[in-house]
Amino acid sequence: MNFGLTEEQQMLSNVARRFLEERAPMSTVRDIMESPEAFDDKLWSAMAELGWPGLIVDEAYGGVDLGFVDLTVLLEETGRGLLPAPLISSSLAAAAISEFGSDAQKQRYLPSLADGSAIGTLAILEDSDFLGPDGIELTGAKEGDGYRLTGAKRFVHDVGVATIFIVPFRAAGDILFAVVQSSTKGVSSQSHPTMDQTKRMGDLTLDGVIVSKDDVLAGASDGAAALARLLDLATVAVTAEMIGAMDRALEMTTQYAKDRVQFGSPIGKYQGVKHPLAEMYVDVETSRSLLYYAAWCVSEKPEALPVAAARAKAYASDAFTRIGIDGVQLHGAIGFTAEYDVQLYLKRSKWALPAFGDAEFHYERIASLGGY
Amino acid sequence: MDFNLTTKEEAFRDEVRAFIGENLSPEARKDPGFLGGWLKKIREKRWVGFNWPEEYGGGGGGIMEQVILKEEMSKAGAPPLGLCMMGLQWVGPAIIQYGTDDQKKKFLPDILDSKYQWCTGYSEPGFGSDLASLQCKGVRDGDEYVVNGQKIWTSLAAWSDWIILLTRTDFDTEDKHEGITCLLVEMKSPGIEVRPIKNMSGSSHFAEVFFDNVRVPVQNRLGDEGKGWGVTISALAHERSGISEVAGLVGQLNDLVELAKRTRRNGRPASEQPSIRRRLAKADVVIEGMRLNGQRFLTKQLKGEPLSSETSINKLHRAFLAIELGDLALEIRGSASQYVKSDNGPGMEQNRLPSGALDWPNVVIGGGTPNIQRNIIAERILGLPKD
Repeated sequence: MNFGLTEEQQMLSNVARRFLEERAPMSTVRDIMESPEAFDDKLWSAMAELGWPGLIVDEAYGGVDLGFVDLTVLLEETGRGLLPAPLISSSLAAAAISEFGSDAQKQRYLPSLADGSAIGTLAILEDSDFLGPDGIELTGAKEGDGYRLTGAKRFVHDVGVATIFIVPFRAAGDILFAVVQSSTKGVSSQSHPTMDQTKRMGDLTLDGVIVSKDDVLAGASDGAAALARLLDLATVAVTAEMIGAMDRALEMTTQYAKDRVQFGSPIGKYQGVKHPLAEMYVDVETSRSLLYYAAWCVSEKPEALPVAAARAKAYASDAFTRIGIDGVQLHGAIGFTAEYDVQLYLKRSKWALPAFGDAEFHYERIASLGGY
Repeated sequence: MDFNLTTKEEAFRDEVRAFIGENLSPEARKDPGFLGGWLKKIREKRWVGFNWPEEYGGGGGGIMEQVILKEEMSKAGAPPLGLCMMGLQWVGPAIIQYGTDDQKKKFLPDILDSKYQWCTGYSEPGFGSDLASLQCKGVRDGDEYVVNGQKIWTSLAAWSDWIILLTRTDFDTEDKHEGITCLLVEMKSPGIEVRPIKNMSGSSHFAEVFFDNVRVPVQNRLGDEGKGWGVTISALAHERSGISEVAGLVGQLNDLVELAKRTRRNGRPASEQPSIRRRLAKADVVIEGMRLNGQRFLTKQLKGEPLSSETSINKLHRAFLAIELGDLALEIRGSASQYVKSDNGPGMEQNRLPSGALDWPNVVIGGGTPNIQRNIIAERILGLPKD
């Protein structure tokens, strides 16, 4: 029994925090979020030099060959700094190809994802906004040894900067996964500004896009199971960034409560302020416990991952909602000025809520998985 | 990060499971001599006082083994590992650390043999959460202390043979933690009066205890005079992860799920009602959160680092669940939830169900109210100024 980070993981965490403090302090984050795609290619290259986009990619394909717990450690830090970068998206695309791709497909896509020259993302949701096999209505018409895809994917994270899309579609009743490149004929994307200015998402439009047999992930024989697995990985990754952000919001608010003096005392002396802060602490630490267990399950206990991931995201969604609001509220008027950073964390909490399933979605999964 | 048990730990868990299989069958439980037999067998296994050193009759069980033993017993709904709860948890460890040889000989075997019940005389009418300000007076008179004062919220006082009592023997100290003396007092001593406090659910778990010129021999003082405060803080390595308590909560939740499946609300199984599904799932998440927080605390203890204020996290979750599970049972059972006797309505046959929405205060208020836990977290962990 050891529920703690290894020395290497602690080092990864420290290096990431130092890097982000130096290269992407909040002033830089604000500059990047004003750019059209909330993306800075120099920063992305620097991250790639540290191996981050290929953190969970096999060494054989140019990756660092670490696991999901390590990725979780890193994403806590990027979440903490509200780093605008497609790290989650690209890691998930790499995970999809790593888990379900043939050797040739891995050779073809993973090295460029690992070195950051390509950026991947999952393109799952459609107009129905329904996460699950029934939400996949995009249908592939048979075309030679492959398929012709016409339709649209919605709410695709980092759609404007991604060059490789993992696109689940239906064919003969099954769910298959196409690897679609942005340069392919008939592919277009449109990203939309979102409430959280540090994130972008939008539409992927497929207009008669031809995918050959080689473009369909070969190892996903049970499409619904593969989709469920990818969604679980995505859930863990998004939750990791949430917890980093929550932790930082708590830290900022605690510091403010120590510094701000009203009625002759720091406001943190009053129970009306200190009790919500204590609740925030309980929420952060409990979210973190649920998260790391889920991350551990990814490779060590895959059969327990679905419920573990659902629990982590359900709890964190409720928790971050409260923390986002209380973080602003406890700051008083200054908390909702554009100039002050705590409001950016409130916005992140809103972004994270529906991402890969909101609290209600995951509570319902827990109930179903629990047999009631 | 590793949530697996070692081979040795697995072997111990299997030993516990085998023992449970042999001794806790439904038939065995029906035997009128079951409890007596159980106590004898677990005593032979040295699972009573499992964390006590072997030289004092305990099991010398390490932290991880304690967790395994308690968790398996809790999962199986086993009777307690010894009946003298306060004695095993608090009094025995305090005597092991601070007691004289005579005190060890006199008290420890009886605690292990479930012979005497102990209670703890700490809280006073004016001093509950602010315990160190206690005023119950002890005055040295020759070979005796003379005790006058009152204790309150004393669990199990009406059934106890002995009380471990904190008295103030010096009223002139600057630090209120000084000047407190710990005495071991026989409950049948002249001058002690116990008045049970009937609580809102009708039972009398607590009592007030009055001391009117109660004479206590000096040899029953535990630790030095004026140094009683430290005596109450056990230095014995007992695991504090709370993981076994979580196993009990999982059992309660499972019972609620089954209850929801077989109880009809609005013409359909209660388990199909979205609000009930959500509440059950939410409780599931908090319970699992407690278990995993417990694993983190356990990891810290296994590394030899003392636990401190972080255990307040799970006390807050525990408080939420104590109230929520009781209320959830009400929502599931609907009108029938208002009947208080088990044969008056459907859904009362499960004895692990929270018996209603009125039983939570023991858990929620005992050991520090939720607001006290929030103060502890805010001041000791987040470093906010004290009020």
